Amino acid sequence: MDMSQYLDIFIEESKEHLQNMNQTLLQLEQSPEELSLLNEIFRIAHTLKGMSSTMGFTNIAHLTHEMENQLHAIRSGELKINTKIIDILFTCFDQLDKYIGQVEMNGSEGDMISGELIKQLEALQATANNTPSPVAGDDITINPQLNIQLNEYVHNVLRKAAAEDLNTYMVKITLDAKCMLKSARAYIIINTLERLSEIIHSNPSIEDIEDEKFEHSFELVVVAKSDKRILEKELNAISEIESIEIVDLKANDITIEKSEDESITLMETEDEHQQTSANQNENRSKKGKTGKTVRVDIDRLDNLMNLVSELIIIKTRLEDIDGSNSNHNNMHEAIEYMERITTSLHDAVMKVRMVPIERVFNRFPRMVRDLSRDLGKEITLFMSGEETEVDRTVIDEIGDPLIHLIRNSIDHGIEDPETRARSNKAKNGTVRLVAYPDGNSVVIEVEDDGKGIDIEKVKNKGLERGIITPAQGQSMDDNEIIQLLFHPGFSTADKISDISGRGVGLDVVKTKIESLGGVVEVDTRSGRGSKFIIRLPLTLAIIQALLVNIGAEKYAIPLNNIKEITTIEANTIRRVQNNEVVLYRNATLPIMRLSNLLNVQTDETLDTEEYIVVIVKKGDKTAGLIVDHLIGQQEIVIKSLGKFLSNIKAIAGATILGNGSVALIVDTNSFF
Amino acid sequence: MSNHLENNNQYVIFKLENEFYGIPINYVETIEKVLELTRVPNTPDYVKGVINLRGVVVPVVDLRQRFNLKTKAIADESRIIILSIEEVVVGLLVDNSSEVITIMEEAIDSTSNLVNSFEDDYIKGIGKVDDRMIIIVDIPKILGIAMES
Repeated sequence: MDMSQYLDIFIEESKEHLQNMNQTLLQLEQSPEELSLLNEIFRIAHTLKGMSSTMGFTNIAHLTHEMENQLHAIRSGELKINTKIIDILFTCFDQLDKYIGQVEMNGSEGDMISGELIKQLEALQATANNTPSPVAGDDITINPQLNIQLNEYVHNVLRKAAAEDLNTYMVKITLDAKCMLKSARAYIIINTLERLSEIIHSNPSIEDIEDEKFEHSFELVVVAKSDKRILEKELNAISEIESIEIVDLKANDITIEKSEDESITLMETEDEHQQTSANQNENRSKKGKTGKTVRVDIDRLDNLMNLVSELIIIKTRLEDIDGSNSNHNNMHEAIEYMERITTSLHDAVMKVRMVPIERVFNRFPRMVRDLSRDLGKEITLFMSGEETEVDRTVIDEIGDPLIHLIRNSIDHGIEDPETRARSNKAKNGTVRLVAYPDGNSVVIEVEDDGKGIDIEKVKNKGLERGIITPAQGQSMDDNEIIQLLFHPGFSTADKISDISGRGVGLDVVKTKIESLGGVVEVDTRSGRGSKFIIRLPLTLAIIQALLVNIGAEKYAIPLNNIKEITTIEANTIRRVQNNEVVLYRNATLPIMRLSNLLNVQTDETLDTEEYIVVIVKKGDKTAGLIVDHLIGQQEIVIKSLGKFLSNIKAIAGATILGNGSVALIVDTNSFF
Repeated sequence: MSNHLENNNQYVIFKLENEFYGIPINYVETIEKVLELTRVPNTPDYVKGVINLRGVVVPVVDLRQRFNLKTKAIADESRIIILSIEEVVVGLLVDNSSEVITIMEEAIDSTSNLVNSFEDDYIKGIGKVDDRMIIIVDIPKILGIAMES
């Protein structure tokens, strides 16, 4: 059967499960006694196992199977959770993550075999099995498979039996390998047992045993008045049995009951959960195969649908107006109505593209955990605002810069525990990751309570690296010095560490965020910590822009690149080394004529005394652009010029104006 | 793709000056009347500008300029042939385009032994249909895209 059509769903689902597993593992590390967490991980491993074996990914299935075994051992109390186990679980998680990555890349899980990992898991299992369990006799080990098979009914019976002073046993029968009629032999055994006791559970089921669907052994849970020796004696009388194991079940009633009851309720809720997610899957699979997917709330789609139907209604209405002896008012009304709909439609479509930032944040707890371990620092990560929604494109891009900032905070910001103790700080360092919407943008803050940025050190480094001259150093204020951090080729780390010396500097962070149309700010207090504030536009596809005329052509200048708009008198422009500058607010402002930069043919003879100047900024630098006319501010949809015209100097893209013509977007950053 | 081309010998014919040219039909998406063009600065001369093709911004190449022919004002019968090659969408501005004809493989002469008024690089061959001569142009070469991909 061709499973490739389910591949997308598999990947999406697996990722979700893995994310859950990651979170749960982290929680488990904090509270190892929490049984429900263990159950959750177990459930995820189990689901992954099922999914992957359906898809034919045997390596994943194998690994998850071993994980399940180990988790089971923990659940049944045979293994005590310790850091080693949690570490192994984390490595398992990493491995699974890698597998899924492989699957996503080339549709197959690859031939990575997690032999080492499985061995480790098995080793743990072995130690578990070797520890003599307090309930089992010396020569009998409880089959770990037992507990999971017991259902609620069995427990109720067991409990009752215990109350009525009856004995409960687990009987494991192994038939002789040469046994010819296994089912018949089993029938005799079951019959014998039924005479003496009541069989409340069997593995495999009685039907399967009767149909000979078992290897050589089967297990039965029985309640009996008589002693187990009597049972044993009776069973021994039957031939073709290789071995009989009878284990007293009474002693571990309590533990089983507890874990099982909890897991049962959990399973039930999970079942419901899975059903709803299955419904979602159906919806999603109908959409067909797509490279990048967004999960959309059905309400949002309904909303879109409604708006589109309204649009159709208004279209018919407009058609009617055209045909009949229309009055002007009707037309006007209809157009106004349509305007409202298109605005709402735009809103609705934007919302469909929005994804909670949780997706990015999710990976950080693990990262912080690993980092703080590696560095021997104690760090708590606080996150809030995970539900804040940002454009899908931003989600894909923002991860790396955030990783870098968090690494930075942990590596450079937060001191080691001793230093912290000396400066009267809590031993635990804190990193805060906060996201919240703010008007038309989204703000993400990375804050630490470390030592803050050492302004002097930054300045010295700047001098040392030749980024600033001593004279510049004198006149710079703190803020300007901090900006040096974002200068390419700047790193204050005295020694390059594994954590932040990976060849990406803060300049990369800044460039990335600027390419997303955002800005980074830094706020730092010596000894108290520092805060990096990232401000991103809600959506990338639509921006506010200023439309201007240059000659007969129209251009759009992104509003967030504009500092201000002013007029300057022609005679105040001075020429310095072939460049035009003007003294504006006591600073020299380079002046550029957009008509020259964009090779627009203008009427040179038209001599104006006053120029309209749009002052644009890039970081701290500013420049004045001379334009002919201001048309106004407008929301524009950014369109790419396509592959054929990629990387054109001074042009960032195009947009389509209300009248259907194309206006180009000026890339003001390229003028600096 | 080349295999597909061999099986399909249909060409979209267009006119520049007095010559007829052909483009394999597989490249052609649509043929449009000339829409409002917006000039794009800092591009080669032959890039006439961009158009709004039903919400998509498409660059347009003026083939006259590409072939170093003298420029001519856009007329009523001028057309933009929208091509899509290797995910690159480009329009070609031509004087006229109104037919699709089939030219058999064997009716196309290679150009190696011909002398041309412009760089013969852009010519794949000369097709003969009835009494007409049709210049088969090497579109990827003109646009400088095929070799890169």
